[in-house]
Amino acid sequence: MLEVTTDWYLTLAAILFSIGFFGMMIRKNALIMFMCIELMLNAVNLTFIAASKHFGQIDGQIAVFFVLVVAAAEVVVGLAIIVSIFRKQSSASVDVLNVSRG
Amino acid sequence: MFELLIFFLPASLLIIGALIVVFAKNPVHNAMGLVMTLVSLAIIYITLNATFVAMVQMLVYAGAVMTLFLFVIMMIGVDKKEQTSDSIKGQTFLVSGVFLILMSLLAYVAVNSEFSWNLWFPAVEYVVEGTPQLIAGTLFTTWIFPFEIISILLIVATAAAIALAYDSKIRNKDA
Repeated sequence: MLEVTTDWYLTLAAILFSIGFFGMMIRKNALIMFMCIELMLNAVNLTFIAASKHFGQIDGQIAVFFVLVVAAAEVVVGLAIIVSIFRKQSSASVDVLNVSRG
Repeated sequence: MFELLIFFLPASLLIIGALIVVFAKNPVHNAMGLVMTLVSLAIIYITLNATFVAMVQMLVYAGAVMTLFLFVIMMIGVDKKEQTSDSIKGQTFLVSGVFLILMSLLAYVAVNSEFSWNLWFPAVEYVVEGTPQLIAGTLFTTWIFPFEIISILLIVATAAAIALAYDSKIRNKDA
């Protein structure tokens, strides 16, 4: 009888992180890259929750809250930057963004 | 048997959703893949006794953050052609190679290694249920200072988003 242990969750989180990293590397659309960052952040959250259960401590779940808030703030600012860049260059591809002066 | 099912069903949905995020061409499909990933992650959180975090995950991620993503997709359009050529020569090939090596290493460690998380760090016997009461009790005592700082971060992020997305040209034309 196989038992679901903490290792399995950690492996799943590692796979999710790798997929997010891979997407971050191969995609050019800034929006999709943001989604891949979300994938990586969620992989880290999964490790926090798994460790929280493993060690019987609630602090891991509180760390997840902070990651969640930082991710939300990051998405808000990042998407605002994408929108304002799109107004100037009418493209969301990161390859055309070689100017970062205001 | 049920325990295995409740792990592998959300886990496979999670990986399928993540692959949709990476490989779909239409940004709306990518966003839907991300929703799939986040919802299956919330299910996994519930199986890990983190019920409140699962709820917050659904509200904040699958609700608010995804709405924001879809809103921006709506603003900048979905039909824009993504440039597919590599800006660095052989970039995609190189990254795929590195990715495959990493994944095979990971598979080797997961299947074949002597390392067992349980052996090195023994699991506790009792179960901690992530109820709102327990989380609030720790969050507002031990973690109160980071909590206050995070509120400043949110205000700064809101102000920054307004300042960045504000278009003075359009604004002045209307007025």
